[in-house]
Amino acid sequence: MSGHVFAPRVVAPLVVGMVMLVLWEVAVRLGGVPSYILPGPILIAQTLVADWGTLWPSLLVTLSVTLEALAAAVIGGGLLAVLFVQSKWIELSFLPYAIILQVTPIVAIAPLIIVWANNVDLSLLICAWIVAFFPILSSTILGLTSIDHNLLSLFELYGAGRWRTLLHLRLPASLPYFLGGLRISGGLALIGAVVAEFVAGTGGAESGLAYRILESGYQLKVPRMFAALALISATGIAIFAVLSLVSYLLLRKWHESALSREN
Amino acid sequence: MPDLVRLRGVSKVFANGVQALADVSLDIRTGEFLSVLGPSGCGKSTLLRLISGLAAPSGGTIEGAGSGRATRDHELGFVFQEPTLLPWATALANTLLPLKLQGMARSESEARAAESLRLVGLGGFERAYPRELSGGMKMRVSIARALVTAPRLLLMDEPFAALDEITRHRLNADLLALWERQHFTVVFVTHSVFESVFLSQRIAVMAARPGRVLSELVIDAPYPRSDSFRTSAEYAGFCRQTSARLGEAMAA
Repeated sequence: MSGHVFAPRVVAPLVVGMVMLVLWEVAVRLGGVPSYILPGPILIAQTLVADWGTLWPSLLVTLSVTLEALAAAVIGGGLLAVLFVQSKWIELSFLPYAIILQVTPIVAIAPLIIVWANNVDLSLLICAWIVAFFPILSSTILGLTSIDHNLLSLFELYGAGRWRTLLHLRLPASLPYFLGGLRISGGLALIGAVVAEFVAGTGGAESGLAYRILESGYQLKVPRMFAALALISATGIAIFAVLSLVSYLLLRKWHESALSREN
Repeated sequence: MPDLVRLRGVSKVFANGVQALADVSLDIRTGEFLSVLGPSGCGKSTLLRLISGLAAPSGGTIEGAGSGRATRDHELGFVFQEPTLLPWATALANTLLPLKLQGMARSESEARAAESLRLVGLGGFERAYPRELSGGMKMRVSIARALVTAPRLLLMDEPFAALDEITRHRLNADLLALWERQHFTVVFVTHSVFESVFLSQRIAVMAARPGRVLSELVIDAPYPRSDSFRTSAEYAGFCRQTSARLGEAMAA
């Protein structure tokens, strides 16, 4: 990771973004597109500021569901992975069900979960968790089982036993895999939370950004839809950036993925 | 010299039916430097795993260190073909791993690991991560780790095969110096005639398919052996003799 602000990896996407925004604004103005079809970026920014009073609390609601689901996915996915690698039989018996849970579209089962959970917050959390936990589970299983055989022999030679081998060898060795899964899960937790909110479609003070989008759509407040959408995207990018930073900080001393090559 | 380990009629058949070893009888004497020399695929590594107790023989008996899990008493050190270090741990943390697994207090294990690193010539590199070390230095850490428990028997599985010749010669010399000072027993697996002659008091020559010990040679040259031994006529003579035995083993 280059710390320099003017590094190409920072500047290049920013330039592309600015150019796109300018083209967008120019096209909307020159074409005379009405704002209920496509608002320009300046109008969206103004709406964002004007409606901050409603959008900000909604952002916090969506963000808290996302982070709770991600925390549950880390704990659930991590523990399940450790459990699955304890015995081939456990993995063979239960992994197919984890996969079924993953491949079933969340929009199809969200209504059921909302009925069963009988509590909006809890059902949103469950939906987001179902979407988010699988990448952590499958990556961590891969990490826990991809151990150098000689290192396993070494631990066996010193009579390390199952618990110490897990603690001192399998867990640290699977860290890069876990963190790779975590970065995917971070984005998926947000998507899961937003999708579940759409399906739940709840109103009132305690509603998240997805409900604001639905609501604005009904009222044809298209600039506000875009403002909420921009917030969701920014949240996703922020989650990814934070998780990338965590990953870098944990691996920078030793893992190839976090090291710069010297030529 | 009394025998540290005694193998009698040892055989090993893998689950897939391949006979890795057939009727191997070998004595490992206390304090000696024994090399096991043979072509690849002759079961040299399997033999080491059997001696270490990591694998069980299909037939025959192994008496002595390693058999029946004497490893719990840390009588055994093992050096693999690759350095086999934990990439997330410093040289010091890698070296003290056996002591940590043994449950030794941190302060004592750190002192012993630091001493072990000094012995292999890596004093000052305690805080270095494996990726910061060269291939030869990683192998030195691996040796320091194997010696940190002060084992009676050191098993080495072609430890220097992946290193360049200059590094290999230096490690050969340093290993011999350590062995002369610390009085442990070494079983050193190699496919290099020159390496086995330079290092060993005795060489067991193995043949493949099935793996077996075909002959044993005594390298009756005094220690310490230096670079002048490596270029001596005596050394060349032992190498010629050993090569001939290896040739017989390949043809057998």
